[in-house]
Amino acid sequence: DTVLAAATITMKLTSTVCFPRQEIMKWNGWGYSDSKFLFNKKGQAEFTGKRYRLSGMVLPSLQDWFENTFGASVNHKSPATPALNASAVPPASLNEAFVEDLKATGIPFSHEAEDRVFRAHGHCLHEIFALREGKKFERVPDMVVWPNCHSDVVKIVELACKHNVCLIPYGGGTSVTSALECPPEETRCIVSLDTSQMNRILWIDEKNLVAHVEAGIIGQDLERLLNESGYCTGHEPDSMEFSSLGGWVATRASGMKKNVYGNIEDLVIHIKVVTPRGVIEKSCQGPRMSTGPDIHHFILGSEGTLGVVTEVTMKIRPIPEYQKYGSVVFPNFEAGVACLREVAKQRCAPASIRLMDNEQFQFGHALKPQVSSIFTNFVEGLKKFYITKFKGFDPHQLVVATLLFEGDRERVLQHEKQVYDIAATFGGLAAGEDNGQRGYILTFVIAYLRDLGMDYYVVAESFETSVPWDRVLDLCRNVKERINRECKERGVQFQPLTSCRVTQTYDAGACVYFYFAFNYRGLADPVHTYERVEHAAREEILANGGSLSHHHGVGKLRKEWMKESISSLGVGMLQSVKDYVDPDNIFGNRNLL
Amino acid sequence: MSTVCASCLNILVFVTLQQRDPMLKRDGFEDILEERRNSSDLKYALRCYAPVLYKGVTPCKANMLKNIVLQSDQLRYVINQVSQESGEAPDIIQEEASVILEEMAHRLQISTVRFFAFALSKAFKTLFQHVCVNEEGIQRLQQAIQEHPVVLLPSHRSYMDFLLMSYILYTYDLALPVIAAGMDFMGMKFVGEMLRMSGAFFIRRSFGGDKLYWAVFSEYVKTMLRNGFAPIEFFLEGTRSRTCKSLTPKLGLLNIVIEPFFKGEVFDVNLVPISISYERILEESLYARELLGVPKPKESTSGLLKARRILSEDYGSIHVYFGQPVSVRSLAQGKVNRSTYNLFPRHIPRKPMEETQSFVNDTAYRIVRLQEDNMVLKPWVLMASLLLQNLEGMELSVLTEQTVWLRGLALSYAAFLDWPDHAPTAKVVSSSLALHRGLACVSGGRVSLVVGEPLGPVTPEEALFNRAVSVLSCASYRNQVLHVFLRPAMLAVAMHTAASSKKNEVYNCFSFLWDMFSNDFILCPGDTVQDFEEACYLLVKTGAVQMPQQDIVMTDIGQPTLSFFNGLLEPFLQGYQMLLPTLRSEHSVLCVFTGNLRCYEVLSSDMQKNALAALLRMDAVRKVKV
Repeated sequence: DTVLAAATITMKLTSTVCFPRQEIMKWNGWGYSDSKFLFNKKGQAEFTGKRYRLSGMVLPSLQDWFENTFGASVNHKSPATPALNASAVPPASLNEAFVEDLKATGIPFSHEAEDRVFRAHGHCLHEIFALREGKKFERVPDMVVWPNCHSDVVKIVELACKHNVCLIPYGGGTSVTSALECPPEETRCIVSLDTSQMNRILWIDEKNLVAHVEAGIIGQDLERLLNESGYCTGHEPDSMEFSSLGGWVATRASGMKKNVYGNIEDLVIHIKVVTPRGVIEKSCQGPRMSTGPDIHHFILGSEGTLGVVTEVTMKIRPIPEYQKYGSVVFPNFEAGVACLREVAKQRCAPASIRLMDNEQFQFGHALKPQVSSIFTNFVEGLKKFYITKFKGFDPHQLVVATLLFEGDRERVLQHEKQVYDIAATFGGLAAGEDNGQRGYILTFVIAYLRDLGMDYYVVAESFETSVPWDRVLDLCRNVKERINRECKERGVQFQPLTSCRVTQTYDAGACVYFYFAFNYRGLADPVHTYERVEHAAREEILANGGSLSHHHGVGKLRKEWMKESISSLGVGMLQSVKDYVDPDNIFGNRNLL
Repeated sequence: MSTVCASCLNILVFVTLQQRDPMLKRDGFEDILEERRNSSDLKYALRCYAPVLYKGVTPCKANMLKNIVLQSDQLRYVINQVSQESGEAPDIIQEEASVILEEMAHRLQISTVRFFAFALSKAFKTLFQHVCVNEEGIQRLQQAIQEHPVVLLPSHRSYMDFLLMSYILYTYDLALPVIAAGMDFMGMKFVGEMLRMSGAFFIRRSFGGDKLYWAVFSEYVKTMLRNGFAPIEFFLEGTRSRTCKSLTPKLGLLNIVIEPFFKGEVFDVNLVPISISYERILEESLYARELLGVPKPKESTSGLLKARRILSEDYGSIHVYFGQPVSVRSLAQGKVNRSTYNLFPRHIPRKPMEETQSFVNDTAYRIVRLQEDNMVLKPWVLMASLLLQNLEGMELSVLTEQTVWLRGLALSYAAFLDWPDHAPTAKVVSSSLALHRGLACVSGGRVSLVVGEPLGPVTPEEALFNRAVSVLSCASYRNQVLHVFLRPAMLAVAMHTAASSKKNEVYNCFSFLWDMFSNDFILCPGDTVQDFEEACYLLVKTGAVQMPQQDIVMTDIGQPTLSFFNGLLEPFLQGYQMLLPTLRSEHSVLCVFTGNLRCYEVLSSDMQKNALAALLRMDAVRKVKV
């Protein structure tokens, strides 16, 4: 029973004409075109479409929460440009010789404005904001190619080298690090290499529990297809509806259930990469090797600067027999963090354990739908809860941890008890399965909410870090305070929303995820203001012992801190690999270094 | 000098002066005694006291605080370390820590504070005409207390300081501070405990390499700071300044209160410079004697009771100025890279890094300068400066005339002068003389210093001693204005001494003086060039000096100013000059007695100490073990 309505967005090529993804996906916002939040004529919020649990529901409390939290009003709209203005797109500057040679290979390509713009961005605030505003584009890819398999990619890369064309691999397009932005100074023809047609599971090896998969496959398709054979990868990053396997490898992705299945670097057994120097791959599938530094680690996190990941052999697991959500309420964030720390110490973390702060708890409340069996239960349950158990809990302090257990039934129940017992020692009270499940549903719809905010003068973004346990609380507090202070100093007229959650636990630390939003009425350049604040927040994170990134990556957004993060020698090491593998900078997205 | 772009510097100096220019921004004062004179002290002492706290923190009982400290990772680490080094069981070390903490910790009780509120109301009304506070400063402080942990940093001229501070904070319904006090107070049995119950915590004057003591002490202070239980108050100068010049700051406690910011344990720390100016200091004559080598009376309760006769005197007014809170975060921006703290466990004590040390040192100096800036100066301070340049006495009319002139000069140098409104100058001068009749007297139209009349026959030594007491007492008033004139005065001396009027030669002299005097005055490390530019700017602005091309020359009207400035620093120059040869001979001070002593201030132990330190620093002398 997956939370997601299973719908595939990848389509097979039926002819040389490519089906553009933008037919079912928004060109200027998150996710599916049919799914979005809006305030209806009665002023009530609705989530449209049929794809999610929340779809088709009315959310009566959202308007109040929205208006009170941001000082926004449903009467003050900031609508987006309705359609792409093709004249705002710079004309394609094609490398004719390359195009000629490419035609000869039969690999489909396009230089339509819509195709090019769609692949010119990820989902950073400034990118989406610019699309909504109908701003002129400085630089977009000049053409898009759709290889169908590894050998197609080999041909394309050879041609690119031959004609000195710049290649930018494009997977799911969910980057939030400006990684897909075309460097404005790039004068060569830029070709976006869209991997979406390389989406097959090539084989499943049940003896070794591995699957060999083409790297363009999208997360939800991979899980669905494996499920049909009784397996899963268990790799579920929040973006899994849209992000691709190759993208995960290229950014060192992390999945929600990494406690059971591991992060991407734990999951891959073998990687095939096409680079300007040729194909990199290992000669065997041994589960661990001592053969010098692991070459996979040059690829993992290379962010498209070295080549294209075409095929990956990945661990699979039988679908777990039993899955159970859960939740625990703590009197305050400190108690919650202490509990997560203890859970990590005892190494008994469930498949997923996340701790939301009070702001997110309140936000979750605002998303209460009007009618729904599961949600009514929750509301009633919660009321009871308030009267009975919550006594002594301050509603403006309390926080919720959401849990997901997986395994065979008996063990799950045992595990559940162990975790709840630990929670109890930190003043945590079990708060029901529904509450927990809701938390995970929010994960998938929260990205849609940013588009709603942007319709009403509210900009929002998220960012993440990883930090040692003893600094989690200090980092969260200081970053929030820094954001508040920076907003004030930069003339933001309304109190910003800053919220965080601990989304992953490790032996030695945790991953912390921040949300940050504010009402930008009265600001001349809200995106610039936003970027300065995020910049300050990142500096605060680094000053408080947090990392530059836990799983989003560096892209171009955080390049300036690379030296500080990994030392200039470290940068030099990476640079020398780049220089060797791609001396002509064919993979010229200029991420990372 | 040649490497620095002069025009850039001028802009820089101008900007910093504007930032520091107090003329525009200084707040007005309210007399808090006025209400005390018109309503019941008892009611005041018993009234509802409900201060706002840091982010609504729940107050922490003294016992709970001790437990937090004793159980902290920081202290436990050091206890184990000491235990391993000494071979003693951790329990025993833990017990030692507990004893140290017991000896140290405050036991703030509101009832004691109320007692003091009552008693001090009575005492203040008898001793002082006014106790004036800038209420805007109080409002800023109230705001600051809610936002970030606050450290109160008052100037230190008198034992009164910390009682006065708590008294004022109680009056304005602000959170009562915990105050770092020297162990000497503990000697006063009953009073020591009273002070403890009004918020004082006691630290040993020196505990050199005692790791455990340091750990308990620093963790105690940090725990209070991190949790925002109470504002922390201590004296940057470390001890009362006997000379009324600010003392060069001590860094130990400042290091402790700033560290939690660097380690990310708090978002920010606000440092609040507070300037407490006394028109007359209770300890006035004691200080002069102490400086001349009469040992400081040991703090004792009976001594305090004897001091009651003080109550019959008029000590004029007190001005307390709460400065703008200084954010450590803003100060450290770009100076300290906090991420260097990322690679070491935060509970393990570590010597601060060089970068941090110099930041803390710099901060300490800046704060002391901010204290100086907001020190309120009385007319008498100007008169004392003039009288000390005319030890043979002055015609009253000349003194009056010159005081008026000096007032103008002081104002143009942004002195914070409390000159009575609408009063004729003669009246101002005569009432100042009346208040300080113990120091100066008028006879036959001439004003001169009063020299105490000893009982019985007078030896030459006694006569000299009495004369020196009178000069040093007077100097303690002149010293209050020094910070206003210091930089231009050093420039004046440099111009006088330099072989030519070339700017770089004058600068070299200035730089030498700056270096030499950096124990005696508050000169921020590394600011030589900036101070030089500031001095030039001020002297040019006031018309005393011209700077054609690469020269610095006196103007036609500059003579009185420059000669006053030369006179102002003369005692220091002479003192240092005299000390150098005496160091060579073995009978040091005796030489001074036999000689024709023109400079009494050289007898001050403070000057001797500073001069010696300067000479050592500048490699003019070195210590030899005998």
